[in-house]
Amino acid sequence: MNLAAAGAHPGFLSPTGVEIVFVLVGLATFGAALVTVTTKQLVHAALWLVAALGGVAVEYLLLTAEFIAWVQVLIYVGSVVVLLLFGLMLTKAPIGPSPDADSGNRPVALAVAVISAGTLVTLVVDAFRTTWIGLGTSAKGSTRVTGEALFRGWVLPFEALSVLLLAALVGAIVLSRRADPANSSAPAAGSPTPTDGGTGGAMDGGTDDAEDADPAADGEGRS
Amino acid sequence: MDVADVLWRLAAVLLAFLLLPLIVGQAEHKAMAHMQGRVGPMYAGGFHGWAQLVADGVKFAQKEDIVPEGADRRIFQLAPAVALLPYLVVLIVIPVGDGDAVGQAVDAGVFFVLAVMGVGVLGSLMGGWASANKFSLLGGLRTAAQLLAYELPMLLAAASVAMAAGTLSLPGILESWQWWWLLWQITGGLVFFTAGLAELQRPPFDAPVADSEIIFGAFTEYTGLRFALFLLAEYAGIVVLSALTAVLFLGGWHGPAAADLGWVWTLLKTAVLAFVVIWLRVSYPRLREDQIQRLAWTVLVPLALFQIALTGVVKVVIQ
Repeated sequence: MNLAAAGAHPGFLSPTGVEIVFVLVGLATFGAALVTVTTKQLVHAALWLVAALGGVAVEYLLLTAEFIAWVQVLIYVGSVVVLLLFGLMLTKAPIGPSPDADSGNRPVALAVAVISAGTLVTLVVDAFRTTWIGLGTSAKGSTRVTGEALFRGWVLPFEALSVLLLAALVGAIVLSRRADPANSSAPAAGSPTPTDGGTGGAMDGGTDDAEDADPAADGEGRS
Repeated sequence: MDVADVLWRLAAVLLAFLLLPLIVGQAEHKAMAHMQGRVGPMYAGGFHGWAQLVADGVKFAQKEDIVPEGADRRIFQLAPAVALLPYLVVLIVIPVGDGDAVGQAVDAGVFFVLAVMGVGVLGSLMGGWASANKFSLLGGLRTAAQLLAYELPMLLAAASVAMAAGTLSLPGILESWQWWWLLWQITGGLVFFTAGLAELQRPPFDAPVADSEIIFGAFTEYTGLRFALFLLAEYAGIVVLSALTAVLFLGGWHGPAAADLGWVWTLLKTAVLAFVVIWLRVSYPRLREDQIQRLAWTVLVPLALFQIALTGVVKVVIQ
């Protein structure tokens, strides 16, 4: 964050107000992210994640990338974190610390995180070393500019990403369907899944199973 | 834009935020009473018992603020604010009249509104988990499942209007609005309004707070002012949803003499929609949890996709 902020301006010894705010928000975001992975309380981790993702959205705003900022809030805070909380509630995440949630993979995870962060920071700084965003002039990240860049310049990566997401969705559906012929209730409870369409299957299949598997199965039988 | 102008706009938004939800709440009390053939409180303050709302407020403020022993104190206490404040922020970008009559015009207004409204649901989830109560937890689970199901059709329906107008800005959408959009976008409008009702957990989508099954869902353990804040968030949500539907699908300030009376049209359309929200509460039984999910994925999402296809086709044909 420091490097990016400093490199984006010819003279970083006299930073502007926006740059100072950018660095401060970056520090706060980094702190929230640290707490997310170190706190012992599961749900608190999810809520700190809200703070971290919200901080990233504020950073986008400060770089005048308004559209990306709102999409960040809509997708990550509004949907991904809600999904996370949903999962945590399903597992009855306890109030207070849950020491058994720590796995032995911590050092490995730390190493992977540091390596990937190092790679990304080096790559981004090196690739955009000479690219400066003039924040004072008109918005460089308005919806129109973002849309034109996305669907003219970067349309191939965009489509490739959507294929990747589709593959992930199909994979999630395959993983969540247990092919167990001995379990007679499985077909009944699982039968809504194919009709739900791509995005729905994984999510509300979970709802039915956990909350009212039997009423749902009965309803299927009657109707 | 000078400081006085900004302050004036913020004060106006704050005033709307403080007044409109209370008016909707009072209208709900009265409309429900008359539709169900009962009178309700008629004496407080004289005319039709208007001061009963004030008395209710005083009652809430006097009640003891209880935090359950096993609860996660800080999150439990923070939850009502997280539920209520997003609606205040949303009101800033909703245009009430032609041209400059908006708190702050935002370039990607549609996305801003939907994003911030989604944050409000976090309040219910936090309250549901932090209460350390199984009914609260069930309510939180149902809230989350409902939000995940209805966010998509709502977004698709709003995207259809944005496609038609060629902009994501709310004042911009109203600039290019024509009267025949009413018919063109009617499917999207119905989907948006229905999905919005579900996000607010209003009847018939009130399974997350179903009083006969899980007490009061995520809000079971709340008392006093914090409970009142959750109720206020629901009414503020009605105002925001009605205003948004009016702006996106009913033309907002468009109408006869729009140059002078534009804001009256916006308020009128919002009020009619808010009345429909109240009306639905009195007329429809509660949907079961699996019915709620089925409605979202097998009816609303296909309808929204159909609307987007229709919007695209018409847009290409008329160009």
